[in-house]
Amino acid sequence: MLELKSVGMRFGAVEALLDVDLEVGAGEVAGLMGDNGAGKSTLLKIVAGNFAPTSGRVLWGGADVDLSPLSARELGIEAVYQDLALCDNLSAAANVFLGRELSRRLFGILPVLDHAAMRRRSTELFEELGSDTRADDLVRRMSGGQRQAVAIARARLSSPRLMLLDEPTAAISVRQIAEVLELIRGLKEQGVGILLVSHRMSDVFAVADRIVVLRRGRKVADKPTAESSPEEVTALITGAIEAA
Amino acid sequence: MKSLRRAPQSLWVTLTVAALAGVMSLVSEPFASSDNIFNVSRNFAFIGLIALGQTAVIATGGIDLSVGSVMGLAGIVTGLVLGSGQPLVLAAAAGLACALLCGVVNGALVGYLRLSPFVVTLGMLSIARSLALVISNNRMVHDFGPDEDLLLGLGGGRFLGLANPVWLLLVAALGAAAWFRYSRLARHVLAVGGNEVSARLAGVPVARVRLTVYVLSSLLAGASAILMIGWLGAVTNALGQGYELRVIASAVIGGANLMGGEGGAFGAVAGAALIELIRNSLLLLGVDPYWQGAFVGGSIVVAMLVERVRRTGR
Repeated sequence: MLELKSVGMRFGAVEALLDVDLEVGAGEVAGLMGDNGAGKSTLLKIVAGNFAPTSGRVLWGGADVDLSPLSARELGIEAVYQDLALCDNLSAAANVFLGRELSRRLFGILPVLDHAAMRRRSTELFEELGSDTRADDLVRRMSGGQRQAVAIARARLSSPRLMLLDEPTAAISVRQIAEVLELIRGLKEQGVGILLVSHRMSDVFAVADRIVVLRRGRKVADKPTAESSPEEVTALITGAIEAA
Repeated sequence: MKSLRRAPQSLWVTLTVAALAGVMSLVSEPFASSDNIFNVSRNFAFIGLIALGQTAVIATGGIDLSVGSVMGLAGIVTGLVLGSGQPLVLAAAAGLACALLCGVVNGALVGYLRLSPFVVTLGMLSIARSLALVISNNRMVHDFGPDEDLLLGLGGGRFLGLANPVWLLLVAALGAAAWFRYSRLARHVLAVGGNEVSARLAGVPVARVRLTVYVLSSLLAGASAILMIGWLGAVTNALGQGYELRVIASAVIGGANLMGGEGGAFGAVAGAALIELIRNSLLLLGVDPYWQGAFVGGSIVVAMLVERVRRTGR
């Protein structure tokens, strides 16, 4: 589905990414790992359309594409960022539909928010994700896992084909991490491709089909999770093993 | 206790208004007289109307300090245009146009140039008041031309036992309540106040939302000024001086959160009612009117303390 071919990214004199190849298929979870500054965020931002790569090609469904934030969305690429970007003071449903509110026409003319429809659709999305999040609850009162569900439900609203998850399990409790991993498995079952950026080795091993390791802008490993081990990945990240 | 803490602040304020009114009608005979009730309700209508706009501004995390001065400018312009022999419709349009201009300047500077709302509207507080002085040449305007009776009837008259401004406030408050609940713009107002970055990422036109609330706030201040000069029968450039405090106090007491993201129409009206009731009670109890500022200012601080206590419970 998504294919990067020898993608490079240069910021002035800094080579953030060098000659990186990457593929993510439908229903596949690719775990992207690496130390701080290895180029994970840069790669994610290229796929989300925030950065244009300075070299290499980006292919979507086999065809070359020029990604912008808008065109990425139109192709079906949705990013869920680490800080989650939710409005704490609004309900779950209001956050899911923020900026794309559903409205109906009162007396055939006056546009008013269609609270019932938004509540119904959000509830469906939360059920699909297997989350106990309630549409009317304020985000302020939610657990980290529920907040993640709201952010993912918002991204799911447009039925994306590829989701970019940036550290979805950072800064939440152990029980909530299990919830989030369950969300990711649910998305995978529905055929959504996932590019998962995470620092947490155990999470990546729990849900990823493939593990991709970046070190100083280069891809040093790209192999099925079953054929790797946390020890090997740690060694790859730190440079104790050159490549695998 | 938990559910009590979660009850909307407007409910608490309404209960406080009722309790204070109950006590006052027991201890002060003139309080419950129809004349006094009529006066109190009319006085709070002017403030309540502006507090509706201020609530929307505060809900975005902003503040509009210029409303009192915008009243002065809009009032003077309306008065002078009327005095030159023009019809009320034209004069009111001129007054509202001045208010609109002030709102557009405030909103554009805050929304598009991202200047601090506090500083921008503090500047406008001084500019609009100064313009009112310049335009009026510091004279009182009390000759309102051929439409004088119409103006005096509009602002000073009554309908079915209530002062006209009170009717206008009721209509505006119902409209504002529906707006807060059902409009996409109001949803965006709360989103901008709650988390601006998130709102922007979700595609909310943040700058335009900001512009709109400052324009609304100024227009309501202008409308209130026109009604007020009809009631007073004259206008000086000091019209609305110091009102920003009472308006902001009303909005905050009614539950608008100065950090943004919260606020509602009924709260603003209930807050305005409480402020006016406190003022009226102090007068009737024979407290020196010099103390009024201390009580109004103190009530803002108390409202914020109450809000803090409520917040820690959730």
